[in-house]
Amino acid sequence: MTSDITRASAAELADALSRKDISAVEATQAHLDRIAAVDGAVHAFLHVDTDGALAAAKDIDQRRAAGEDLHVLAGVPIAVKDVMATKGLPTTAGSKILEGWVPPYDATLVSKLKAAGMPILGKTNMDEFAMGSSTEHSAYGPSRNPWDLERIPGGSGGGSSAAVAAFEAPLAIGTDTGGSIRQPAAVTGTVGTKPTYGGVSRYGLIALASSLDQAGPCTRTVLDAALLHSVIGGHDPMDSTSIDAPVPPVLEAARRADVKGMRIGVVKELGGEGYQAGVRQRFEESVQLLVDAGAEVVEVSCPHFEYALAAYYLILPSEASSNLAKFDAMRYGLRVLPEGVDDPSAEQVMAATREAGFGDEVKRRIILGTYALSSGYYDAYYGQAQKVRTLISRDFAAAFEKVDVLVSPTAPTTAFKIGEKLEDPMAMYLNDIATIPANLAGVPGMSLPSGLAPEDGLPTGIQILAPATKDERLYGVGAALEGMLSDRWGGHLLAQAPDLADLTSAIAKEARA
Amino acid sequence: MTTTTAAEKVLDYAEALASFDPVMGLEVHVELNTATKMFCGCATEFGAEPNSQVCPVCLGLPGALPVVNDKAVESAIRIGLALNCEIAEWCRFARKNYFYPDMPKNFQTSQYDEPIAFNGYLDVELEDGTTYRVEIERAHMEEDTGKSLHVGGATGRIHGADYSLVDYNRAGIPLIEIVTKPLVGAGERAPEVARAYVATLRDLLRALHVSDVRMEQGSLRCDANVSLRPRAEDQQAVPFGTRTETKNVNSLRSVERAVRYEITRQAAILTGGGSITQETRHWHEDTGVTTSGRVKSDAEDYRYFPEPDLVPVAPTRELVEDLRGTLPEPPAQRRRRLQGDWGFSDLEMRDVVNAGAVELIEETVEAGASPAGARKWWTGELARRANAEGRDVADFGVTPAHIAELDGLVTSGRLNDSMARQVLEGVIAGEGAPTEVADARGLQIVSDDGALGAAVDTVIEANPDLAAKIRDGKVQAAGALIGQVMKEMKGQADAAKVRTLILEKLGVS
Repeated sequence: MTSDITRASAAELADALSRKDISAVEATQAHLDRIAAVDGAVHAFLHVDTDGALAAAKDIDQRRAAGEDLHVLAGVPIAVKDVMATKGLPTTAGSKILEGWVPPYDATLVSKLKAAGMPILGKTNMDEFAMGSSTEHSAYGPSRNPWDLERIPGGSGGGSSAAVAAFEAPLAIGTDTGGSIRQPAAVTGTVGTKPTYGGVSRYGLIALASSLDQAGPCTRTVLDAALLHSVIGGHDPMDSTSIDAPVPPVLEAARRADVKGMRIGVVKELGGEGYQAGVRQRFEESVQLLVDAGAEVVEVSCPHFEYALAAYYLILPSEASSNLAKFDAMRYGLRVLPEGVDDPSAEQVMAATREAGFGDEVKRRIILGTYALSSGYYDAYYGQAQKVRTLISRDFAAAFEKVDVLVSPTAPTTAFKIGEKLEDPMAMYLNDIATIPANLAGVPGMSLPSGLAPEDGLPTGIQILAPATKDERLYGVGAALEGMLSDRWGGHLLAQAPDLADLTSAIAKEARA
Repeated sequence: MTTTTAAEKVLDYAEALASFDPVMGLEVHVELNTATKMFCGCATEFGAEPNSQVCPVCLGLPGALPVVNDKAVESAIRIGLALNCEIAEWCRFARKNYFYPDMPKNFQTSQYDEPIAFNGYLDVELEDGTTYRVEIERAHMEEDTGKSLHVGGATGRIHGADYSLVDYNRAGIPLIEIVTKPLVGAGERAPEVARAYVATLRDLLRALHVSDVRMEQGSLRCDANVSLRPRAEDQQAVPFGTRTETKNVNSLRSVERAVRYEITRQAAILTGGGSITQETRHWHEDTGVTTSGRVKSDAEDYRYFPEPDLVPVAPTRELVEDLRGTLPEPPAQRRRRLQGDWGFSDLEMRDVVNAGAVELIEETVEAGASPAGARKWWTGELARRANAEGRDVADFGVTPAHIAELDGLVTSGRLNDSMARQVLEGVIAGEGAPTEVADARGLQIVSDDGALGAAVDTVIEANPDLAAKIRDGKVQAAGALIGQVMKEMKGQADAAKVRTLILEKLGVS
């Protein structure tokens, strides 16, 4: 049954594949069918690679039939955020400036997925160059939240989380620079994990802000996240910032799922003013579940978190302004000739291309970053921001002296309506207030569903943060909480989401129009 | 159309120096000869097919990341140590942001406020035997850019070209930039100091085996900053003048000429009541002048910030000390030692050094040649040829062992000079080692009395007038007859023997 296959978790799918109850081709085809049925409405994908995915699945089936020893996730299909370079597959980072660009190489992470035998279904939608919290800044149109198609699926990785929430893919890859895996997970009722900075190779990830970017799993369960984390994690000699150590024991932790005796810190500065009442309520209930399970819960103060957003919006644009300089119409991607100029200079072509190829949010941040790095302002802006960054790392260090993990709501609100915050960049930026500190400090974080907000019936998320390289703690606490929440909500939260297959094709038509 | 700026007014050099005190700052870029690039595994071979030595990293493709080449760091440390610098315990790369068509990422990964080596010096010997100490501000690591080729225009410049091609083979090749502190007190010798510094640095880098140091190929490039300040009682109290930066001067002679030209040009402007514009200038080898380039009045803002894609470089003290142990004998000291061993005059030694032949001669002597013989071939015939063909002697495929063998053939009397040159031709043409070439080409001095006697008889018979002169005691006329005999013998006769035979036969011996 096609719908059963797409409703299965990656772990369940892996079991069925290994028992040969289904074939990889069947699993892959089921998801391609689901994409064909609902993606017109959700718009999670920018590019679907039907032939490539089926060919990879067929290869796995043949190897399995030949008795080869395969990776546990072999044959389990996956969607990849369009910011990762995929050889032979278009990669645009959600931008017009890269429209039609086909990389000649695979990101390290993509090579690892291929080596594990995971068919790549396609590339998922995202805010242009991962700048945004709603996926409305994609040059190819917004993705929609499967819970309510009028609402945003979060960002920048809204496409990846929406694909997982809409059962178009059991697993997806996201990237998290300030919360772009965790916040979409929170508003779509899925699990999103940002590993420790350097825990997953950045080679082949089109950089937004190099010192903050981190790729990670978008899944429906904590166990699935652990399985995927184990595939993509680990040292890469091609990325000098990648950690030269084995992948943390995330799978063991997810299976153990125990919080008894753990010390859990509730961050005082995250969860107060500006947080939706229903979000706070579900968070507090989740914390109570942890207490009931035998965890010790204390309030912890991280006084410099209040400056995190300001520091982030100086460091990110600074690095981005430099990272995006390479998109100059010279070697690949878009080239636009200026109008009314007979014999344009290279500079004029570059300017016309960047004017046409970059969206407003990208231009806004390039200008911000250029300003923040310029010689007269460096010390006042970039330099100060780096100092704040150090203070935030110290806040974390001090907090982790007292507790094993920290918790907070992931996002201050449930999914907002498409268009609602588009004209107000500050309001958009505030959505990442709880997730940003982890990127500044490089510590790992996870968001998992904490229930539906009573006032709007939309998913809320709880964020768990652990010390750098102690990623396994996220999985231990996450899996325990997931089990308790599942009991409370009568199974996976996504079972309560509207069935998109029932939606009329009118929505799909509207979305395309 | 390009604008060819007419040479500006210059002041006589002596007058310029009477009124002004030049201050220089020299920036030398050195391409390292590592097998792979600064931040990726691509090959660095010079002259390869365009864009054949590139990958996502050195092309700066979206998503690609740099990784530091440890060998380049080691070369940088060795250069720093040889320049008597301190080596940073912890340093970082930075991004230098600017748009440039040859630069794949539109930023250059370089070092800014945290160079790997700093605070050093290099002692430079001048012609008069005195030593000038050049203080080194810093030596830092960075990557080279690609190269553009503008097609369709008359001048090869971008202006007027139909299209441009870019070769990224050079993009990412490791560079070390060595920057001096302001060089003061050189006075009229400033141009000479500039030249001597670059020459000394070149010898040092060659001895370190870290670079090909070929100025004509751009693996060693010099930017010369020059400013003037008026002469005063207390020269140190006079602030530096406005400077100009003459870019990419690519021969030792040009370094000297360019500095000299800038001194006389600036002096003429200042004497005329004008002021110097801070700008970059281009050196024109053919006309011997500099012309204005980019005006630096609005100083470029490179928006430097620490390169977030690379971890800091933190060489251990053990590594630094190990590398110190690999430093060669300082070239100046080594030259004095070898000059003594070889018995060369100062002038001969200078020729050898300028030809870059110290090591070749050393190896040739080790292979059994006489020092004079080794010098003659490397700095004479081979250097002349290399110069004429715009090549490097190393490109000929001639080894020190070859030259030692050739020298042996001459000193043993088998070949004369002109025959030896023919043999060398054969070696260069790939015909084999000198003895093989001589055998194959049948080159051998003929000293057989019978054959020589017959030729001498023929020539005497054909030149009765000359023969008569010689009989009359005008022995110097024998030279003409010797020449004819040599011709008859196709150059293979033993000249001394021919002379003896002629004199004998004419009864004047």
